[in-house]
Amino acid sequence: MSEPRSTQEWPLWEVFVRARRGLSHQHVGSLHAPDATMALRNARDIYTRRSEGVSLWVVPAAAIVASSPDEKDEFFDPAGDKAYRHPTFYDIPDEVQHL
Amino acid sequence: MTPTPEQDFDALVESDQRVEPRDWMPEGYRKTLVRQIAQHAHSEIIGMQPEGNWIGRAPSLRRKAILLAKVQDEAGHGLYLYSAAETLGVDRSELLDLLHAGKQRYSSIFNYPTLTWADMGAIGWLVDGAAIVNQVPICRCSYGPYARAMVRICKEESFHQRQGFEILHTLSHGTPAQHEMAQDAVNRWWWPSLMMFGPPDDQSPNSAQSMAWRIKRFSNDELRQKFVDMTVPQSQVLGLTPPDPDLHLDEETGHWRFGEIDWSEFFAVLKGDGPCNQDRIEHRRRAHDEGAWVRDAASAYAEKHRARSEGVA
Repeated sequence: MSEPRSTQEWPLWEVFVRARRGLSHQHVGSLHAPDATMALRNARDIYTRRSEGVSLWVVPAAAIVASSPDEKDEFFDPAGDKAYRHPTFYDIPDEVQHL
Repeated sequence: MTPTPEQDFDALVESDQRVEPRDWMPEGYRKTLVRQIAQHAHSEIIGMQPEGNWIGRAPSLRRKAILLAKVQDEAGHGLYLYSAAETLGVDRSELLDLLHAGKQRYSSIFNYPTLTWADMGAIGWLVDGAAIVNQVPICRCSYGPYARAMVRICKEESFHQRQGFEILHTLSHGTPAQHEMAQDAVNRWWWPSLMMFGPPDDQSPNSAQSMAWRIKRFSNDELRQKFVDMTVPQSQVLGLTPPDPDLHLDEETGHWRFGEIDWSEFFAVLKGDGPCNQDRIEHRRRAHDEGAWVRDAASAYAEKHRARSEGVA
């Protein structure tokens, strides 16, 4: 068996909590753990001490692919000039109802 | 012309939006946050010691369960904060090493001893009360992960303060000896709690920059005054008196005016000359070293299962 890995090398896991049925999981923070089982147990103790969730996800941080480093570049530009995708874009006479 | 990263950053802060981990940020901003969040995280985990001291001696099972939950919360709060600090490119173990080496600080309030059970009340009421006044504005801090961690922490702190108040209220209305014990605890914790807001504004060199970056929203003296204004009326309900002969209500402003704070004590404790500085760090180091086998076992177990599943595949 190889030498145990130090905590310094424990991977980072991102933690997601589903607050209750009907809601999607939401990111709440991160933690270090040697494996997925420990990550789940620690996530329970750290992030749901007051019954904040009915379901937990832990995801290796390294497995997340993110859009762009500064979160605001041309990647999102294509949607910027398409105001006609929103209902408020259209001129409708005031007297029209249920539209 | 495309704005420079610095202009982008300034505009974000100026418009009260949040800075997120992968945004460009000035090196000074990053360093200030790492220092502040680490100090905050260290305070949470060092803060487990003065109260941990009384878990085994709590006067009833109810009080024991409550105190245990509070100390567990503090461990959790430390972890939320280390997690926030790590988004700035530092590693938790690196921060712990700095704490153990005495190169990063924790709040000097935790260098005072907890001599009686009433101290559990005074810490909850005064120390956690002061922490809440300090922390609520940080929920709107310009750095997203720190602000989000602080929202969770503030929600959970409110039980800490209430359980402390309840302990003191019970003691204060108990036997004369119990009342005296409660008053003694307030006498010892009052001034150190006022010092928790940091030096006066004219001696707080980093405050202006932190305010400009919207890491900090109110000055040390503003927060201290707010705390005193909230706390004095509560002390009247408790039937306990803050140990300050100069404390009086300024009718004109509605503020409670308090006496001179002994800043030489604050700076001495900060420098390492408090009653418990050495104990706290030694205990922390020992706990870390004695827990090494648990971390090693968890690593070994994970490694074994990884090897086994790879063998099957």
